[in-house]
Formats: sequence, C-alpha cells, structure tokens
Amino acid sequence: MMDLRRLFGSRTASAPVARERLQILLAHERGLRGQPDLLGLLRSEILAVVSRHVVLDPDKVIVRMERGKTVSTLEVDIEVPNNFERSRAVAAT
Amino acid sequence: MAKVLVVTSGKGGVGKTTTTAALGAALAQMGERVVVVDFDVGLRNLDLIMGAERRVVFDFINVAQGVAKLSQALIRDKRLENLWLLPASQTRDKDALTDEGVRSIIDDLRTRFDWVLCDSPAGIERGAMLAMRYADEAVIVTNPEVSSVRDSDRIIGMLDSKTVKAERGERVEKHVLITRYDPARAARGEMLSIDDILEILATPLLGIIPESQDVLRASNVGSPVTLNNAACAPACAYTDAARRLMGETVAMMVPTERKGLINRLLGRRAA
Repeated sequence: MMDLRRLFGSRTASAPVARERLQILLAHERGLRGQPDLLGLLRSEILAVVSRHVVLDPDKVIVRMERGKTVSTLEVDIEVPNNFERSRAVAAT
Repeated sequence: MAKVLVVTSGKGGVGKTTTTAALGAALAQMGERVVVVDFDVGLRNLDLIMGAERRVVFDFINVAQGVAKLSQALIRDKRLENLWLLPASQTRDKDALTDEGVRSIIDDLRTRFDWVLCDSPAGIERGAMLAMRYADEAVIVTNPEVSSVRDSDRIIGMLDSKTVKAERGERVEKHVLITRYDPARAARGEMLSIDDILEILATPLLGIIPESQDVLRASNVGSPVTLNNAACAPACAYTDAARRLMGETVAMMVPTERKGLINRLLGRRAA
C-alpha cells in the first residue's frame, strides 16, 4: 500500500505544505505593514513620558517584542540613574 | 497615451530581464513604439539579453546628469525598428540615480514612445524603488516557489504605497506573470499551482511562461525569446501576455514543450 502511494506521488506532494506556510507567513507580514515601526513609536513615547519625571539616557530605554504561539509579550527595560531622586528634582525645576 | 510599465519581483533570478526583453519585442512586433529601460545601475544586463552590449555609448545616468542627450543614449534594435533600449550605467555609485533624474527621463520617454518598460533590479533598495516610482502598470514576475511568492507579496505592498500613483490615491495596475512553470510537476503536487499563487497574491494573472530551454538559448545569442524562436512555448506565452497588455482577451493556457519520442524514452526532462 505504502509503495503504491509512493508510486503515485503522494510522498512528493510538498506543494500543499508550501501553500500553507506562505499563507500563515504572509498573513503575519501583511499585518505589520503600514505600521512599520511599532516598537520605535512605543519606545519614543515611553521615553517622553518617563523623561517628564526622571532624567534618562535615551539609549537605556529598550523595548522588545517576543512573539509566542499563544501569547506575545512586550518587554520594556528602562535603566534609571542611581541618583534618580535627585535627577527627579532637577527635572521638576 | 504612453504607458510606463515596471517589470519587478523583489527576488533576483526569476526572469525580470528576460521578461522585459520578451514583452518589449512582442509589443514592438505588434507595431507599438517601445523602449526598454535598464534600472540595474552597476549590474546592467538588459543590453546583453537584447544583443546590444557592444553598441552602448551613453547610458541613463549620462542623460540624467546632462552629459548626453536622450537621443544619443537610446539604442535602436537591429531587428525591430520601433524597439529601443536605454542602458543602465555601470557606475558603482548607486546614488547616481536620483528621483528627479528618473522623473525627467521618464517624462521625456513618455512623449516619444507608446510603452516604457522599466526593468527593475532585484531587492527593495533605491534602484527598485525608482524603477517602480513613476509606473502606471506593473508586471510582477514570480516563480512557483515560496521565497519568490513571498517577495512578490512584499513588492505588491510597495506598488500600493510607494509609487507616485499610489501617493495620489490612484492605483498602479498590477499583473502577476508566472515564469519557470512546470505543469507536470504542479500536477504531481511538487510545485505551487497557478491557483495557489493567485489566491495568495490576490492579483490578476498576465501569463504563464513554461520552464524551457529556449529561454537560455535566446539569451546565449542575445535575442529576446519572442524574436529568437517565435514558435517556441515561452515565446507564445510571452506574446499572449503582450496581447493581454494591449487589452485583448486571450484564453489563458499553459503552453507545453513538445517532447520528442527519443527524449521521452530516455526520460529526459523538457526543462
């Protein structure tokens, strides 16, 4: 039975796999278009908000997106200086 | 009214230059005044495929920079009197091509020709963006293969957003041209089918060019495949595609290679 199926080419029918992979990939990639730099936008807005209260080094704000199968996570890593209370006072004046 | 048509793909090696030459020659054979324009700065090849590589004196960038007149850079085909070539520059300076330079040359070509066929470089960088920038229509050359289909999808997105027409809220008329198609392999489920590709790209089909030895044979001798052997399967498919560009309704079929008995017995592939 297996040999017969091989003979008739079911083993080599890889096109359905190609089609499915493309459909999934392109659905994802098309979703990203038009909002090309979501992370960049998030980063600059987060930086603007936090800078109202704390003096920050813009290079120390890292925004990362992890895409999982069921859940995606947005990681925001902001390094604040040790004299953060003082810089706050400076920022307020 | 002149039409500016870009032949593009994203991916390299799928047949953009072959297609530009073949469609240009087929349109010229129908009596249209045609210019094929090479946008691949630094890696020009349309001159070679057209068999005009030894006749290049001035190029696109010479004209854009005012070194030469457009009429001095245009090369008339030796076989078809209403087919012309504007070669790309071999400079390594990719920035030599400017939006303003492209705009003024395309505007000038529009007044002289019925068709301006722009052969895009691969990729999505400056050269490819400028090749599509002023297009009214686009032919997206796609192979029945995942990476080519993905890149075509990306290019379709750019045609809908980065062209002058798109910015004006108009639409670039887009057509997919499938090249290197092997109907036997598609029937066995070894290759994406035409329906698969069209469904994924959601763009109308201009033609199906079968995988064929005739394409390499034509490029070897520097002749567009539609001129080299007008009766071969890929030439017929390109001619049908050109007639569709002219607005004719031509039944879509997959031209097949005639396989000789000896080849069949020996199991040689037609491709």
